[in-house]
Amino acid sequence: MLRRALTDLVLVGPAALALMLFIFLPVAVVIVLSFTDYQFGARRFDWAGLGNYADLFGSRLGRNALINTLIYAAIVIPASVALGLLVALGLHGIASSLPRVSAVLRAVYFLPVAATLVAMAVAWQMLLHPSLGMVNHWLSALGLPTRQWLSDRGLVLYTLAAIGIWQSVGYNMVLFLAGLAAIPPSLHDAAAVDGAESGWSRFWLVTWPMLGPTTLFVMIVTAANAFRVFETVATMTQGGPAFASDTIVYALYREGFVYFKAGYASAITVVFFAALLLLTAIQIALVERRVHYR
Amino acid sequence: MTRQPVLSLERASKRYGETLAVNEVTLDLGEGEFVALLGASGCGKSTTLRLLAGLDRVSSGRVLLRGADVTQDIAAARNIALMFQSYALYPHLTVYQNIAMPLRLRRLSAAGRLPGVPLLRAPVRRTLEGIDAQVRRIAEMLRLDGLLARKPGQLSGGQQQRVALARALVRDPSAFLLDEPLSNLDTQLRADTRDEIRALHRSTGYPFLLVTHDQSDALSMADRIAVMIDGLIVQTGTPEDVFRRPLSRAVATFIGHNRMNILPQGAAVGLHPAGARFDLGVRPEDLRITPDGPIEAIVESSAYHGEESILSLRATGDVALRAVLRGVGSPPEQGSHVRLSAAIDGLHAFDAAGQRVEIA
Repeated sequence: MLRRALTDLVLVGPAALALMLFIFLPVAVVIVLSFTDYQFGARRFDWAGLGNYADLFGSRLGRNALINTLIYAAIVIPASVALGLLVALGLHGIASSLPRVSAVLRAVYFLPVAATLVAMAVAWQMLLHPSLGMVNHWLSALGLPTRQWLSDRGLVLYTLAAIGIWQSVGYNMVLFLAGLAAIPPSLHDAAAVDGAESGWSRFWLVTWPMLGPTTLFVMIVTAANAFRVFETVATMTQGGPAFASDTIVYALYREGFVYFKAGYASAITVVFFAALLLLTAIQIALVERRVHYR
Repeated sequence: MTRQPVLSLERASKRYGETLAVNEVTLDLGEGEFVALLGASGCGKSTTLRLLAGLDRVSSGRVLLRGADVTQDIAAARNIALMFQSYALYPHLTVYQNIAMPLRLRRLSAAGRLPGVPLLRAPVRRTLEGIDAQVRRIAEMLRLDGLLARKPGQLSGGQQQRVALARALVRDPSAFLLDEPLSNLDTQLRADTRDEIRALHRSTGYPFLLVTHDQSDALSMADRIAVMIDGLIVQTGTPEDVFRRPLSRAVATFIGHNRMNILPQGAAVGLHPAGARFDLGVRPEDLRITPDGPIEAIVESSAYHGEESILSLRATGDVALRAVLRGVGSPPEQGSHVRLSAAIDGLHAFDAAGQRVEIA
């Protein structure tokens, strides 16, 4: 009995210890720090109560970062999930008739996922350059007005959102392709025999409901990634111009690692962490019941 | 057949790339008839079913529904019911919604199927009431009344199968095709379901086409059996006909619970003079142990199966034989010599090409 308990402890112990040491402990430290005015390198700190949180939600800059992040996520989540599904449906459809083309396109769509986002961001910066970039070059060739993609305050967030969509469509596509492959073909046959004449009605009768678990997963992953947007902001705009593309994780980086305001950065982290946790919990609670048909 | 067949294939072929899955098959399904399409797995019988249902298009040939050419019609336009081997129930819908789906898809427009519409539009409401009556009637017939609110995942295999039957029959189909309906069931349920499907056929009067690899399903349920081997229908006839007079060696060895013994040419002259020119087939059940039997054999092993014993024997000329003995107290022991005989009506002769030769 004791032997058994010891074995269990030895098996569970290292992983549990590592989890405690590297996840739970830092989270606890961050939560504690978020109630202080601690600065990196300082020898002492004072309790600040909810001051850091009041700063985040009360200041114009803090609210700006929160709202920018919400707008970014509100564009990127639905667009990249919908596009990922559309691309997956298309590739799944031509997989049997044009397998070679389907495989090549799959690789093309997946490329942005596999590539380093920072490097890709540099490439985008070139493409979007106001005078030398290809995008404006093509626009003027087509007789359309050119834009300041990354330095127009009203436009920069949407430009970043478009890049965010471009980056995550491939990943969502792969997940949806796996989901589509798992649908028993006999269900589509049954729908056809039952009288679902159009592909549209078969989609709503079979494909969409059967993709439920996949869609839930894709939504959670996409949401987590959208709220975490950082690389493109850091490399292309540094939150500018005039904080028009400042997002919560970039603000966290700036406050914590540029201004060394560890207390304030911790408060942002805690809010971010709580928001993601809440979002995931809501999605699972709401949707889980309706997508696993037991 | 004097009456016009309900559903028929005319020299239908289906080609997948280089392989010919179905080879010029002609098959009629008459009014109220129960036909079994019997073949080993991979012989093309499921493809034949898909051609009839409209899930696949023929590469050549025609599909006729009550004399009308429906070769180019999609499945939805044919009103042919199909029950899938896996049942293919919609897992996210309740039993009620599963059964109602074929009627909803046929009678309501896409707009009418949206939630809330029946509250606003009286014609949609009346259609739904009609659908409801039909669903409840068929559910009662198949003893599903108490299960209508469940999801398929909460049902047993037998219950799922009855839901699949109900969904297929609810819309008053022209013909009913069943793809291996019994293969997912255990022995006891199989026997019950056989009876149930037979009874369903009698009470509904629809033409049934049963696709199966199990010859005892085909023999026990069908009015007529079409035996399919390698994409070809090699024999069509009543169960008794197919069992008693197999037209080829392939059919003979395929049909029968115990595989038919084939005694190569010359090995069984003692049984019948025709054995000198032809291969002779004799079912294990038709072999008898008699003191003066013409075939001499050694018992290699014997297996006791309760109501019968199955002997593996080796006859002179190194011919492996099997014999099924019924009602014998104790079978002969391993290694003992026995003499075997068979009545003349238990013998089947096949020429070198494997075709039946009448020897009478």
